[in-house]
Amino acid sequence: MSVDALLVQFLNGLAGASTLFLLAVGLSLIFGVTRIVNFAHGSFYMLGIYIAYSLTARIGGSVLGFWGSVVLAALAVGLLGVIVECLLLRRIYRAPELFQLLATFALVLIARDAALAIWGPEDLLGPRAPGLKGAVEILGRQFPQYDLALIFIGPAVLGALWWMLTRTRFGVLIRAATEDREMVGALGVNQAWLFTAVFGLGTLLAGLGGALQGPREPANLGLDLMGIGDAFVVVVVGGMGSIPGAFLAALIIAEIKALCIAIGTVHVFGFDFSFSKLTLVVEFLVMAVVLIWKPLGLLGKPSAASRNSSAVEAPLAPPDKAAKIFGYAVLVLLLLLPVVGQMFPYAVVLMIDILVAVLFAASLHFIMGPGGMHSFGHAAYFGLGAYGAGLLMKQFSMPMEAALGLGPLLAAAGALLFGWFCVRLSGVYLAMLTLAFAQIVWSIAFQWDEVTGGSNGIIGLWPAEWLNQKAAYYYLTLALTVGGVLFLWRVLLAPFGYALRAGRDSPLRADAIGINVFNYQWMAFVLAGTVCGVAGSLFAFSKGTIAPDVIHVGRSIDGLVMVLLGGVQTLAGPVVGAALFTWLQDAVAREFQYWRAALGVAILLLVMVFPLGVAGSVKRLLRRREVAA
Amino acid sequence: MSLLEVNGLTKAFGGVRAVSEVGFTVEAGEILALIGPNGAGKSTCFNMLNGQLRPDSGSIKLGGVSTIGLKPRRVWRMGVGRTFQITATFGSMTVRENVQMALLSHRGRLKNLWVRAREQYVAEADALLARVGMREQAERPCSVLAYGDLKRLELAVALANAPKLLLMDEPTAGMAPKERIELMALTADIVKSDSIGVLFTEHDMDVVFRHASRMIVLNRGQLIAGGVPAEVRANPEVQRIYLGSRH
Ligand SMILES: Nc1ncnc2c1ncn2[C@@H]1O[C@H](COP(=O)(O)OP(=O)(O)O)[C@@H](O)[C@H]1O
Ligand SMILES: [Mg+2]
Repeated sequence: MSVDALLVQFLNGLAGASTLFLLAVGLSLIFGVTRIVNFAHGSFYMLGIYIAYSLTARIGGSVLGFWGSVVLAALAVGLLGVIVECLLLRRIYRAPELFQLLATFALVLIARDAALAIWGPEDLLGPRAPGLKGAVEILGRQFPQYDLALIFIGPAVLGALWWMLTRTRFGVLIRAATEDREMVGALGVNQAWLFTAVFGLGTLLAGLGGALQGPREPANLGLDLMGIGDAFVVVVVGGMGSIPGAFLAALIIAEIKALCIAIGTVHVFGFDFSFSKLTLVVEFLVMAVVLIWKPLGLLGKPSAASRNSSAVEAPLAPPDKAAKIFGYAVLVLLLLLPVVGQMFPYAVVLMIDILVAVLFAASLHFIMGPGGMHSFGHAAYFGLGAYGAGLLMKQFSMPMEAALGLGPLLAAAGALLFGWFCVRLSGVYLAMLTLAFAQIVWSIAFQWDEVTGGSNGIIGLWPAEWLNQKAAYYYLTLALTVGGVLFLWRVLLAPFGYALRAGRDSPLRADAIGINVFNYQWMAFVLAGTVCGVAGSLFAFSKGTIAPDVIHVGRSIDGLVMVLLGGVQTLAGPVVGAALFTWLQDAVAREFQYWRAALGVAILLLVMVFPLGVAGSVKRLLRRREVAA
Repeated sequence: MSLLEVNGLTKAFGGVRAVSEVGFTVEAGEILALIGPNGAGKSTCFNMLNGQLRPDSGSIKLGGVSTIGLKPRRVWRMGVGRTFQITATFGSMTVRENVQMALLSHRGRLKNLWVRAREQYVAEADALLARVGMREQAERPCSVLAYGDLKRLELAVALANAPKLLLMDEPTAGMAPKERIELMALTADIVKSDSIGVLFTEHDMDVVFRHASRMIVLNRGQLIAGGVPAEVRANPEVQRIYLGSRH
């Protein structure tokens, strides 16, 4: 590695830092003022790049046209943000945090399908900036002029924001709202107006970040999730709500990435270790380290306790007689399915998927509902279970039964390790750390070719002889799922589950009556991870193939949707939600190209109209009847 | 040896001394009132006594054993029950379940993964609830209770591990005057029958003078007076800074 290579990578890092900063700063700003974690921030970024593409295609030939397009695209995205804020977010500022996350995630789904409908599925590379098409020579190496311009744009935007925050009345209000929410009310400011303006500004910045990215990266439909992942990391590392923090974090992450590329492959102890491969995961490593070391991020300040204590939950009761009879009836139907369903062999296949999803969702609900820990990376344990089983079978030549039984232990080990860090945090920070660990697991599965098969994954994972028939495997899945769910329910109704809820309801009181909340949450994390691992192992042998996408963030989010769809406050919620979600996805996805948007609309309805979820709403209805009768 | 012996207790928050060189004792069978205006440092004292805050300096001895550095859950196991100024209960549980939690924890049975929690120690929980006059509400969700009832529930929870010492931070705040007298009368009964010590804070001087065996007065983190109620009432400084501005 030479000095000039290092310098060029350093400059690359600076350009990357500008991009990251623009992508993330709006998210931090919005969170600071509204306390909304806007999952759709990456989508606004993506729309910025698409809109700029369309504009530059028409008027981008001249210098003025190009930069005009960039500004116009940013303004358009900001306007869209204002509309979204007025129509949607206003209604959910007082909703529990989890619902806000979900509502904004619904926007992600809708925005993606809208982009698909408008711009199509192809990648679209915008024209290069007129006047900045060439490269400059730095120490004998070529460096793109446009990237050089970017290096200056990032700090310029930081400076402009800083000026606004410290010198204008609007800025003073933003700072007041970020530091002390009550104060804004006291200043007699129309809070609704302030929130709308800040959301508009934040999305405008995301749009600007996207538009500026146009000449460097093709517009594509994956930018939303990639963008939000990066933005979250930057904001969490910098400290939620801190704008200088966002810049510092962007700089550190981009430079570490650049350094990894500069180092390249290193030969240590007879192994080739590729640092450039680390770039996929380095930001999540940085985030994990920062959160463990400084749980509020580099420049974060403790924010006033969340205003949104979740909705009051009714006491848990064991199932009554009617519920038990209903449960047995469902079980009988499930047992009969392969017999009755011989003419629809697909029903058994779909039912296996549903059962696996039920076990996955029930294990997530265990830590999310009663535990109060909103994991955004539960797919990690699903994936560890799947890979655990797959590796035991392929690398250690174990029989399938043993691999299925021992595979979940890898998930248990993962949960034991990650859980120890995660349960130290709470709220959004916990959500982000779980996500970070899931991304790390994902990238290990994706990159460790020799062991995990890399992006191809592991193939040929077929069940043992006696389970070869789909019906036989179905019965195995049914037994493990029913057993697993009943076990989790039993634990929730046992003292352990009560202690877990106690720690969620009032950590102060729990500690004051001798409960070590940390230990209960940690053990709950491990229990949930293990059961989730069983779901993963079952999944592996039902498909015969596993690839890194079993750990993808999309699966983690699916789990959250399942639990909330069914209702987080009821035991039956995750079961109903997982079944409904999986069935809908299967039925709708085959028929309707825009099923994601449909799902997004369904989530929005859910959040705004049925915040208790399906099972929760039914339960309340039944209770009302009882009272009326 | 006193039940509780506190010496030189000091705690500062960012340079501001919330509690400064405070010392006192609580004997078994005695009710000690800690009074003082808002912000005097009363809650901070309680938080150090039950292990929630670590004092900057000073000593706390419970039956001769130091509790400095112990977490609240350890201090609780040494026989110290606590109620909070702002009630802290388990909102997703029934009234009885709240008490059952303390009983389960006291008996070391919380790690159990199998038995039904709500079927454990029902009779004992109900007996504790009866003691504070909450037996009829045992099945109600804790989240729907009136504030005064929450305070009573907290007392029942605090009694669940048969404590030697009760720390009650404004136990009657938010109650009607009649309720206040009742609750402290009840506490006085418990003190007598179980021979425990109580340290409590209270703004209602009627309650204090009627039930406290002794009282100490805190102002800006410092103890300015102490003794039997009649003595303290006569203290001119106390009259000036506290009783004069009493609300
Ligand atoms: N965690 C804390 N951080 C900073 N200051 C605190 C904290 N807790 C209490 N204080 C300050 O210490 C002083 C005493 O507070 P407190 O003990 O609550 O008084 P009291 O209970 O007598 O009303 C007050 O000035 C309060 O603002
Ligand atoms: Mg107080």
